[in-house]
Amino acid sequence: MTRQVLEQEYDIVVIGGGTAGPMAAIKAKERNRNLRVLLIDKANVKRSGAISMGMDGLNNAVIPGHATPEQYTKEITIANDGICDQAAVYRYAAECYGIIEELDSFGIRFQKDQNGEYDVKKVHHIGTYVLPMPNGDTVKKALYRQLRKARINIINRFMATRLLTGEGRVAGAICVNTRTSEFLVVRAKAVIMGLGAAGRLGLPTSGYLMGTYENPTNSGEGYSMAYHAGAGLANLECYQINPLIKDYNGPACAYVAGPMGGYTANAKGERFIECDYWSGQMMQEFFDELQGGKGPVFLKLNHLAEETVAEIERVLHIVERPTRGHFHAGRGTDYRKQMIEMHISEIGFCSGHSASGVFVDEHARTTIPGLYAAGDMANVPHNYMLGAFTNGAFAGLDAAEFIADVDFAAFDQGEVDAERTRVLAPTKRDDGIPPNQIEYKTRRLVNDYLQPPKVTAKMELAQQRFEEVRDDMEQGMYVRDAHELMRALEASSILDCADMAASASLYRTESRWGLYHNRVEYERNDEDWFCHTILTKGEDGKPAHAKRPVQPYVVEIAEDEKDAYYKQRVNSTVAAE
Amino acid sequence: MPLAQTATTVPVIINKDLCIADKGCTVCVDVCPLDVLRIATTDDGDKTAYMKFDECWYCMPCEADCPTDAVTVNLPYLLK
Repeated sequence: MTRQVLEQEYDIVVIGGGTAGPMAAIKAKERNRNLRVLLIDKANVKRSGAISMGMDGLNNAVIPGHATPEQYTKEITIANDGICDQAAVYRYAAECYGIIEELDSFGIRFQKDQNGEYDVKKVHHIGTYVLPMPNGDTVKKALYRQLRKARINIINRFMATRLLTGEGRVAGAICVNTRTSEFLVVRAKAVIMGLGAAGRLGLPTSGYLMGTYENPTNSGEGYSMAYHAGAGLANLECYQINPLIKDYNGPACAYVAGPMGGYTANAKGERFIECDYWSGQMMQEFFDELQGGKGPVFLKLNHLAEETVAEIERVLHIVERPTRGHFHAGRGTDYRKQMIEMHISEIGFCSGHSASGVFVDEHARTTIPGLYAAGDMANVPHNYMLGAFTNGAFAGLDAAEFIADVDFAAFDQGEVDAERTRVLAPTKRDDGIPPNQIEYKTRRLVNDYLQPPKVTAKMELAQQRFEEVRDDMEQGMYVRDAHELMRALEASSILDCADMAASASLYRTESRWGLYHNRVEYERNDEDWFCHTILTKGEDGKPAHAKRPVQPYVVEIAEDEKDAYYKQRVNSTVAAE
Repeated sequence: MPLAQTATTVPVIINKDLCIADKGCTVCVDVCPLDVLRIATTDDGDKTAYMKFDECWYCMPCEADCPTDAVTVNLPYLLK
């Protein structure tokens, strides 16, 4: 095979131009303006990632006068079943206010009261952290201006497929153009990954491949690349499952409608959960109500005043998922007149919701020197948008320090050749199975066998079937152009994530965290459950597992506070107003 | 194995009268996160954007960023 491959060298390459990535690039450059920093994205940085159209608010703003880092760290620890390395959460909590002020200076405005103070709302059980963003539709544009100002090199429409390693650290990344299939090998002293959630894992009940909760461009490449490079991934037995509007993939209630008086109700219009803040326990109650005789579940706003509903609509229909207004218009549903049917989302990995991600510490360092991860794909719990910005900043700053003392790591050219062969294989066949069918089958099996409640025999069947799909993919997948090749590579990441999900879930033989890891044959086991699970690529090329102790708490949790998130169900049902 | 052609309605609709692809505009194609839009030459030699791949997240940058309001994003029929 000829080696027609572009090669470029940068001090730092940032993969993923959504939320964490741009901030990492800006901060690295801010630390040392002479650094050569590349930001690479498989879409266009202008509109890529989870916040493509903006965001309606910060879920987890720790603002002096409203909340303290200690209180936030305590809340997040409890919300994560106690299985939480607090150092990263605490550092985020202590420094995110500086990031809010910086975003404000970029022109991204946050809601303020009549005195000019941040207008923070209470949604969580204990503290007050939710800050609305009335002009949240401007986030990406404001970020893009900063990237240009900082003179960050940007390459769009190149998809990273594998990381390069050598000398025990990261050496760069192999990328392929999504429109021409041209290869690009980027040598770098540090690599920062901000590739988002693995959001295209389960299949939405509509059967539409791209109708996912997460932006479907976030198809798990970050998880897959970290795995193949040998990095550790944490808590993959916990799946992201969210309460959504039925058939529409937008979130329903908690952060926007909750503070204004909206809530989740059963078919009788009764409130059945105390707090709409998303957690594994809340999702279990939601699931039980959905399956039970009082289901399905609804978003209830029709008891609210006209001005309140209008304000909720204004926020929900303009920012984050603006087609929501179109959806309700098409169905003839109106928040004022009837409750809106809800359902649960397909499963995925996303640190913000289920702490399932590439393992990182409080500096955003993975287990591979020089390799960083931030945002939805890194395992800092309850990251969300502000977490992505803040941890992205940590990654950029630390990477700028790291590369000061190192040169490019040598790597084996054979790895590039092998990857080129793997990537191009579907282009070398005359016919075969198109990538959308490989993907559909994988994701349908995920729904059939992996969706909680989890059953051992079903997950083992999933593993057998995934192997068959993998054989089909490796021996028979066929693409006709560069666009289909991108989808083929995504199908491969999705299958890797499905394998990891099954394997991690089988490894942890106890139930934890409500629906997220509800293994029906096993109770919660207090002897063994208090640890992280870490998944790596084993010698045999299959997932290997280990337990990792939870690091000693920075902020102590009192005995009577530990189960705050277990008391979800309303005791005496509140009648509809 | 022959590949079948299956008809499907697509969510992104372009108003050809408003689209200025013939002046070199590619804004909607550029901003689409899923890269599903392309520019086509019509029978009368005009150029217009169109949705080539049925892989839409109905996220709307194409509609929001179009300089002439030529783009409408509908919900895919499967979940409408």
